Amino acid sequence: MSEGQARPGGMQLVPAINTAMRRVPGWLLYILGAAYAGWLFYLGLTGGLGVEPIEALEHEYGNVALKLLLAGLAITPLRQRLGVNLMGWRRAIGVTTFFFVLAHFLVWAVLDVQTLGAIWADIVKRPYVTIGMAGFLCLIPLAVTSNNLSIRKMGPLAWRKLHKLVYPAALLGATHYVWLAKGFQIEPLVYLAITLTLLALRIRPAKGRVA
Amino acid sequence: MARRYTSKLTWDDVTPEHFYLNRRQIMAGAGGLLGAGLIGGAAHAQDDPRLALEPNSWEDITTYNNYYEFGTGKTDPAANAHRLTTSPWAIEIDGLVDNPGTYSLADILSEVEIEERIYRLRCVEQWSMVVPWNGFELADLLNRAGVQEGARYVAFQTAMRPEEMPGLRVPVLNWPYKEGLRLDEAMHPLTIMATGIYGRDIPNQNGAPIRLVVPWKYGYKSIKSIVRISLVADQPPTSWGEYSAREYGFYSNVNPEVDHPRWSQASERLIGGGVFSRNRPTLMFNGYEEEVASLYDGMDLAEFH
Repeated sequence: MSEGQARPGGMQLVPAINTAMRRVPGWLLYILGAAYAGWLFYLGLTGGLGVEPIEALEHEYGNVALKLLLAGLAITPLRQRLGVNLMGWRRAIGVTTFFFVLAHFLVWAVLDVQTLGAIWADIVKRPYVTIGMAGFLCLIPLAVTSNNLSIRKMGPLAWRKLHKLVYPAALLGATHYVWLAKGFQIEPLVYLAITLTLLALRIRPAKGRVA
Repeated sequence: MARRYTSKLTWDDVTPEHFYLNRRQIMAGAGGLLGAGLIGGAAHAQDDPRLALEPNSWEDITTYNNYYEFGTGKTDPAANAHRLTTSPWAIEIDGLVDNPGTYSLADILSEVEIEERIYRLRCVEQWSMVVPWNGFELADLLNRAGVQEGARYVAFQTAMRPEEMPGLRVPVLNWPYKEGLRLDEAMHPLTIMATGIYGRDIPNQNGAPIRLVVPWKYGYKSIKSIVRISLVADQPPTSWGEYSAREYGFYSNVNPEVDHPRWSQASERLIGGGVFSRNRPTLMFNGYEEEVASLYDGMDLAEFH
């Protein structure tokens, strides 16, 4: 029984959301994600992203990736604290996150930095690139094991343990954004604050969780 | 003072503006109709292809800007800078000068001759443009103010108008924006005060109505919308230096061998090349080594970056 329904005076909204979301298949997100990524690239090719499309693509793919990462991290607290159940979307959000991080990385490496020597030099010499890269590496095993076969093979406990790598990945991603901003800028700090909040919610289980 | 700088490039070298304004449409298929004459006029035969200066389009120059008083996004200045009142405008000239005071823009312009200077612009963020500026040598204005014996540096300040500049709501930098030059850099014939681009009044997002252009230094040294110029004895603080002296040195000369902590400075991307634009090597002093290297004789350019 979800907590939202158990609360006195609980909102009618929560069961309505849960019912509605169950009807929307998770794979819809794959299609939306691919369409948006492709549309952005098309805009870049045709002048729709301004006079410097490489930077625009890099930033937008990275920005979408961070938003999706935080959305994925919000699913468990939403369920535990508000009873909103979006579990059916979690895998799709996670995998789509990975593809946007991959697109962000590829634009950076292939279109922006362009040479292997410079890519490697940036990874080892520039801390914000190093941590961005570390975050990307954290996500690779998660993407590879985001299927039922892997869960069965690994066993749910080991699988869940491995997927805790999403926590450092989120922290590295948000820090990467803060670090690359020039001057004092608010937006990256807002993302970092949201990340820290979502991670902090996991330190202690919600009060009164087991009623 | 050094001899006046004579640009080897004139308006004959500039691709006709209408060609640039319509570049995308032309590329889209009308090219054949234009005939060989115009296309030929757009091509440049420079001795050293690395020094070739083909100006960026008006669109490139006026829609991709760093002017944090109007927002930190590249297109924010073009969207917000129309709010800036640029007339009337005056520059306060003070400090170690014989004739301190408030100089109206009209007064300043009445005593100088506007000429065209086609310069490379290299941003610390690894992108570059070529801009056909209209302006006059800063030395002319400083000489008019009468630089006194003890002056060794020139400090500049941008307008600070919270009601017109939405970016000031966020303390991105220590406002007002401040920059500085050593006196010999300020008096160098390459250093200009620009009031136009492509023969038009300079757009607000590019630093209207009057800005500094120092082509051998990273773009942030070329301070925009100047309201104050002070001749001083000691090296003045700069907004970027106050934010991070390690990242933004006072000199900030374009130097492919000295990396910014966050970016390699070995190469750059010329704006306007699209998604598959290839990076090109950055030139020492942004290609003005012959003209300015002697200013820094005997200096360790890594230490004084």
